[in-house]
Amino acid sequence: MLRRTLFSAAAAGALLPLCAARAAEQHYATMNVFIPAGPGGGWDGLGRAMEQVARQAGMVGSFQFENVGGAGGTVGLPRFVAQRRGREGAIMVAGAIMVGSVLANKSPVGIKDVTPIARMTSEPGIIVVPANSDIQDLKGFIDALKNNPGGTSVAGGSAGGMDHILLGLLLKSVGRSAKDASYVAFAGGGPAQAAILGAQVKAGISGYSEFAEQIKAGRMRALATSGETRSVENVPTLKESGIDIVLGNWRGVFGPPGLNAAARDKLVKFVTELHALPAWKELLQRQGWDDAFLSGDAFDAFLKQDEAATRQVLTEVGLI
Amino acid sequence: MDVWSGLALGFGNALTITNLGWALLGCFLGTAIGVLPGIGPALTIALLLPITFQVSATGAFILFCGVFYGAMYGGSTTSILLNTPGESGSIITALEGAKMAKNGRAGPALVTAAIGSFVAGTVGTLGISFIGPVVVELALKLGPAEYFSLMVLCFATVSAVLGGSALRGLASLGLGLLIGLVGIDLQTGQPRLTFGVPELLDGIDVVLVAVALFAVGETLYLAWTHVGGKQEVREVGRLMMSKQDLKRSVGPWWRGSLLGFPFGVMPAGGTEMPTMLSYYAERKLVRPEHRHEFGTTGAIEGVAGPEAANNAAAAGVLVPMLTLGLPTSATAAIMLSAFQSYGIQPGPLLFTSQADLVWTLIASLYIANIMLVVLNLPLVGLWARILKIPQPQLYAGILVFATIGTYGISNSVVDLLLLYGIGIIAMFMRRFDFPTAPVVIGMILGPMAEQAMRQALTISQGDWTTFITRPVSLCILLIAVLALAGPRLWGLVVRNRADTAPTA
Repeated sequence: MLRRTLFSAAAAGALLPLCAARAAEQHYATMNVFIPAGPGGGWDGLGRAMEQVARQAGMVGSFQFENVGGAGGTVGLPRFVAQRRGREGAIMVAGAIMVGSVLANKSPVGIKDVTPIARMTSEPGIIVVPANSDIQDLKGFIDALKNNPGGTSVAGGSAGGMDHILLGLLLKSVGRSAKDASYVAFAGGGPAQAAILGAQVKAGISGYSEFAEQIKAGRMRALATSGETRSVENVPTLKESGIDIVLGNWRGVFGPPGLNAAARDKLVKFVTELHALPAWKELLQRQGWDDAFLSGDAFDAFLKQDEAATRQVLTEVGLI
Repeated sequence: MDVWSGLALGFGNALTITNLGWALLGCFLGTAIGVLPGIGPALTIALLLPITFQVSATGAFILFCGVFYGAMYGGSTTSILLNTPGESGSIITALEGAKMAKNGRAGPALVTAAIGSFVAGTVGTLGISFIGPVVVELALKLGPAEYFSLMVLCFATVSAVLGGSALRGLASLGLGLLIGLVGIDLQTGQPRLTFGVPELLDGIDVVLVAVALFAVGETLYLAWTHVGGKQEVREVGRLMMSKQDLKRSVGPWWRGSLLGFPFGVMPAGGTEMPTMLSYYAERKLVRPEHRHEFGTTGAIEGVAGPEAANNAAAAGVLVPMLTLGLPTSATAAIMLSAFQSYGIQPGPLLFTSQADLVWTLIASLYIANIMLVVLNLPLVGLWARILKIPQPQLYAGILVFATIGTYGISNSVVDLLLLYGIGIIAMFMRRFDFPTAPVVIGMILGPMAEQAMRQALTISQGDWTTFITRPVSLCILLIAVLALAGPRLWGLVVRNRADTAPTA
């Protein structure tokens, strides 16, 4: 971590003459980025990508990262709230998984305690079956869920996560309870994919990018995605198939609690301008992330709705 | 592209000055972080990820692979010298390795670990090049039921480390299983034994427990029983292996390598299980005249086998990543995200779409392996000199080392409290002759076995016969029964013969 800071500082020093010329563009001299997860994960990746683009554009002088991982972000969140209250130039990168973890872990500190700034990316879920499965399309899968949910084992990530929630919502849509699910939780994407490839389970649910290459290679058959619009050309969304579910693993930026209106607007302006940069668009494309930018009141409203939907499913599954 | 032209292309790319430089830097960094307890290759590569914005893909992956292999080499050093395993794959190495160091045989232990790592790394890399895709397809046929049976087999091997009293050994194993339960249950999302402490929700790190049990516990015990006045400086002994050491190591190197590679390839395998099986096998296969060294003065077979198994498994982990795009370990997952930041989507098509990169990477694994053994053998003398430090200073150093390592990674006071809490428990365990190794084994195997069993039962809709109706699972269970009952039955036969012999 120390090495990163030194790198950033050196880069800032080298850029100093440039910055003076474009002083109008610089929003923050230094910015503290708090990641409530270990290095290398999705939230960390988004934070480092923002650093990369913002520093090259001269929007921020230098960045300092702090990673505090554990329990879907509920270990780091209280620390961010306590340490950065009311301070400018500090952000936290988090997302959908934290909403679920706060509820499931009954954490006293929640997303309500930080200042929502913007949603940056989102990744739709995808439902797949092994290539040699009897199930040919979404209808076949829905029928199997309706008639024999116990015999339709579905692999995914840890219980109560996005994959489990999507399965719960699907079961509800066919008039079953989320409790009927035959959900097989795996630690991490590798073992879950292996179980699907080896046809140990009937189907699998995960984030779209995790299965994309297996689908391309013809080793898994995609049945549907859970986004607003299609992520893969010839794979329907749940919505257009007549199942009213839209669910994505979104990631976004939060400010510390207790920010005044001016400080909050400054952060919103910063991420809005960052999002408008051509370099950001390029980076999204290279990483394969879907742009899901949403800020201000619209993001607030989205958060409320997301929390309510998550709470309902988790309650039904028996997690809260 | 066939394997030979692929390798030719790969070596052509890897043998440039810049790429060799990246490999050397990676090996050096890897060895260093392998020596530090707690910091593993996954965390190091994660911290190095931002270089992917600046460096070419080939250079970055050569660096990462160097770090990965280097960490496997370095991990054994502290296990042997200080009884402080740097990562979970070298926990078993500490069992015999630390005893050898205590008895003036640190040099041979380090050398057999380094050469064993080289042999296993080469076997593993050959495996990646030639049979990787075939083995991974076979591994996909294994489901949770088979994995559960494999864990049962590993549990059978615990008997090798139970020590003199089965009751004490099983009590230690139970403590390990209990610690393994802490955290959020994967299948239901419910917290268990966390007592409202959020830091416990992700469970307790097995390396932390191993360091607490082996290093902190030992240090506290020594401080407790230390008799003032007498200062003993440990023998370093001869550094190189004798001819006999070499003869005793060759078998374990090969067996460990061949055992480790398939476990690494298995999507739910990992590096710990093969080290346990290798240790068990070597303990059973050792020539009778050396058997007494196990658990007393330290047997070189018990270092050579598990170290080779650990390194071959680490190479195997790269197979599902390269052939199918499956991240089956934390390190592989982070390497996959590095692929993505170059716009490369790793998957079943990687070998064809990125043949250049993949073969360069494989070639650099061979190079890293040679670099590491050249780098590590001369270091043996330097490392072994650590033992010349007088005991009070040495153990104080270990304590500082363990504390910084634990706190530096997680920034968590809870982890420090756990380190010393479990360390104090370990001190009393030593005092009352409870073995500590079964605790770690229970902690590694317990949660894996539990999850595999419940996954299998969810898939079979609660039908327990799934473990014996699936042929592979049944075979593994039969081997486990044989491993448990076989030696006893054999003993009975031998005794009967002995009884009947005089009368005949």
